[in-house]
Amino acid sequence: MGRRFGPAPRTPMADTSDYTAPSRVGILARQSAGVLISLAFTFLGLLLVTFIIARVVPIDPVLSILGDRATEAQIAAERTRLGLDKPMIEQFGIYLWQAVHGDLGVSIRTKQPVISEIAQYFPATLELATLGTLVGVLLGVPAGVLAATKPGSWADQIVRLIGLMGYSMPVFWLGLMGLLLFYGVLDWVGGPGRLDAAYDMMFQFEVTAHTGMILIDTALAGRWDMFSNAISHIILPASLLGYLSMAYISRMTRSFMMNELGQEYITTARVKGMPERRVIWVHAMKNVMVPLITVVALSYAYLLEGAVLTETIFGWPGLGAYITDALLVGDMPSVLGGTIVVGACYIGLNMVSDLLYKLVDPRART
Amino acid sequence: MSFEPALRRVGAAAMAALLLGAAPTALLAETPADTLVIADAIDDIVSLDPAEAYEFSGLDVVNNLYNGLIELDPTKPGELVPGLAESWTVSEDGLTYSFKIKAGLMFASGNPVTADDAAYSLQRVVKLDKTPAFILNQFGWTKDNVDQMVTASGDTLTLKTDKKYAPTFLYNCLTAGVASIVDKKLLEENATDGDMGYAYLATGTASAGTGAYVLKSYKPKEGYLLEANANAAVFKPVLAKVLMRHVPEAATERLMLEKGDIDISRELTPVDVEGMAGNAEVKIQQDVGGQIFYLSFNQKNENYKNEKFLDAMRWSIDYQGMADTILKGAMVPHQAFLPKGYLGALEDLPYKLDVEKAKGLLAESGIKDPTITLDVRNASDRMEMAQSIQNTFGQVGIKVELNIGDGAEQLKRYRARQHDGTLQSWGPDYPDPQTNAGSFAWNNDNTDEAKVGTLAWRNAYDPGPLNAAVDAAVQEGDAAKRKAMYEEMQKTHRETSPFIVMFQIGYQTGTLANLSGFYTGGATDSAAYWTVTK
Repeated sequence: MGRRFGPAPRTPMADTSDYTAPSRVGILARQSAGVLISLAFTFLGLLLVTFIIARVVPIDPVLSILGDRATEAQIAAERTRLGLDKPMIEQFGIYLWQAVHGDLGVSIRTKQPVISEIAQYFPATLELATLGTLVGVLLGVPAGVLAATKPGSWADQIVRLIGLMGYSMPVFWLGLMGLLLFYGVLDWVGGPGRLDAAYDMMFQFEVTAHTGMILIDTALAGRWDMFSNAISHIILPASLLGYLSMAYISRMTRSFMMNELGQEYITTARVKGMPERRVIWVHAMKNVMVPLITVVALSYAYLLEGAVLTETIFGWPGLGAYITDALLVGDMPSVLGGTIVVGACYIGLNMVSDLLYKLVDPRART
Repeated sequence: MSFEPALRRVGAAAMAALLLGAAPTALLAETPADTLVIADAIDDIVSLDPAEAYEFSGLDVVNNLYNGLIELDPTKPGELVPGLAESWTVSEDGLTYSFKIKAGLMFASGNPVTADDAAYSLQRVVKLDKTPAFILNQFGWTKDNVDQMVTASGDTLTLKTDKKYAPTFLYNCLTAGVASIVDKKLLEENATDGDMGYAYLATGTASAGTGAYVLKSYKPKEGYLLEANANAAVFKPVLAKVLMRHVPEAATERLMLEKGDIDISRELTPVDVEGMAGNAEVKIQQDVGGQIFYLSFNQKNENYKNEKFLDAMRWSIDYQGMADTILKGAMVPHQAFLPKGYLGALEDLPYKLDVEKAKGLLAESGIKDPTITLDVRNASDRMEMAQSIQNTFGQVGIKVELNIGDGAEQLKRYRARQHDGTLQSWGPDYPDPQTNAGSFAWNNDNTDEAKVGTLAWRNAYDPGPLNAAVDAAVQEGDAAKRKAMYEEMQKTHRETSPFIVMFQIGYQTGTLANLSGFYTGGATDSAAYWTVTK
């Protein structure tokens, strides 16, 4: 309320007539430059740390590909071919130089360009994480609101219990039980993998992979049989991830909402006789949205990193399993490439949530 | 406010999606009738070029895409059958081999199969010098001389060796995946920077063989699709397609098999096998692979040269108990360095757990309160084996401290002769007894600098007279005599060496009940898909 009656915001333009305001373009350019420089440093730090960690773990990538039978000469030749005989700092320099030129190198393990591997695995993760987050938000926010409006009630207790289970039950156990029940016994959903075997073969040759996301590609191709098969396969892992993020989102929503409901403007609204639904979902929710966006963005980013165990159980060829496998065999180009994508996701989501703040909070628009 | 309707629309769409997923939609639960669908962990594949493929999963693919001059036929175990060569002879002096190539054969591409292709394929392996190249280099072939040692003229391929070897040794090596014959014309058309088509094949862009199938697509860590080769030269496929799906989790594979979503599951654990007993829709196929599991001790420690002490340890292991309680078909007791299925392999089991006898032998050895540091890989089956060994050794009075670590890290220690004792596994490289004899029982220079690299060398073990026995056996022309030589060698080895061979790996393959003819390759070969019917 204070905002409306406070002094008018002071801008340089209003202050003095002879003050020359920097042009909008100038401000924008300076801001963008700042953002870009900080981005560059973030990436550099991220890569450097990953690079060093990968080099200190006692896994010899050459031994892991050549195996036990390789001769010393073959090992030495492979080491030279991969550039591993150079000093570490030089290796890092070479990597950076190539990365800046859009070349993330070639996977030591599979010999495929890392860029094309990521183009293969990331869409699968993106599809799964997006659906998972959607489920998490659609269930988590109402559950949190419900719990906040009736603290201590049975509804609150149930939400708390569900949240606690989501936090504490091992995801591989939940996944396996889910598979056993919904796929094994009830036959409601498709099994592990992104499609049934028959559709899998058809998809490879009959559908153009515009995005790599099966739901979108099949929809674009008008292959609704394949689309519905893909839905039946993604729904269980997505619900599982959705449940995990719901647990987090509902707890956070509850605490944000309880905080808002104690504010004076809510009392005022109630006193004015506004219907409770409107008070909660319009007045309070508007303010809850701001911190909630951060929570949702973080949980989305977390899922985009890849849910290794979920991917393993559901035979889902996603980014998490990709990075983990690569790390275990010392396949550095793949690990670094994956890290860049994850880093980019975090940064991208941060920018999106900044944008959303502006949408929901007028204060952030200036 | 402005985003509320949008949110509502998204919500409605999501709900629709949820309902759509929950409803029993068009699930093609059964696998297509003309397609073999297999689930396996295939993330060990490093390359699909036969000159480089050297992992179980990669060799399985190669076996179905390519043929060698000589083949192993899954329906005729232990027999060498003509592959792309129709006949072969060896010269009087045993140094020159001639192979006559079958007439009228074609590669999948339609190019004719010639002796020139065969020479190119073998030369290519030596020149590319990838890990399995040593299988061919054993015959004295090097990058510099291979063009003279391997030559083609008309329909005949001539191979020269640096000295006389047992002909069966060469023939057995030629059945290995590395000796696959590739399509020279196709590879040269797809070569980059003179790499003889290496990048083209290694990354799984395509295949270039005469095998039962051709490679249609390969996605690392996701799967591959094979299609019947209309020009299949040696073995004709029954099913039109093979779809491999990478499913690393055993419990998941089991569920898919029981649902009929896959035809074959290759990653089952003993627990899954037990759990499926009584399910009439699936069956378990049990056979042995080539890998053997053994304990070995570094003879830089003088204790491990004491024959009584080594003998005490051999009687301190509960071979059968481990097989019955923890390994349950995943491994079977085996006590000689040649796995069952190999020429001359010993199948008797002279050792069992006998604590009193072991105590007596330990007392006779004169070694007081021995302590062993045993390196063990952090895999659950190995750790369970190690704990059993720790327990029974303890009963005898031998203290075992377990050093559990990552496989690659421990391999590094082993290769550098830095371990004390170690629990290891070893898989043969090619289907000839020399592959294990040459490693377990051969070390011609026991110094650190020599880096001989054989298992004997890694354990600082000087096999003494066994060195000569190994060299003689690999040159013996008479197959029956050769067999007897390996039997004798294994007996001496298990009684005197610091190696204790305990188990041979067992394969437990789950298949649908209507499926037959799947062949895992056993101890000497790789998987065959072309024989499968359903």
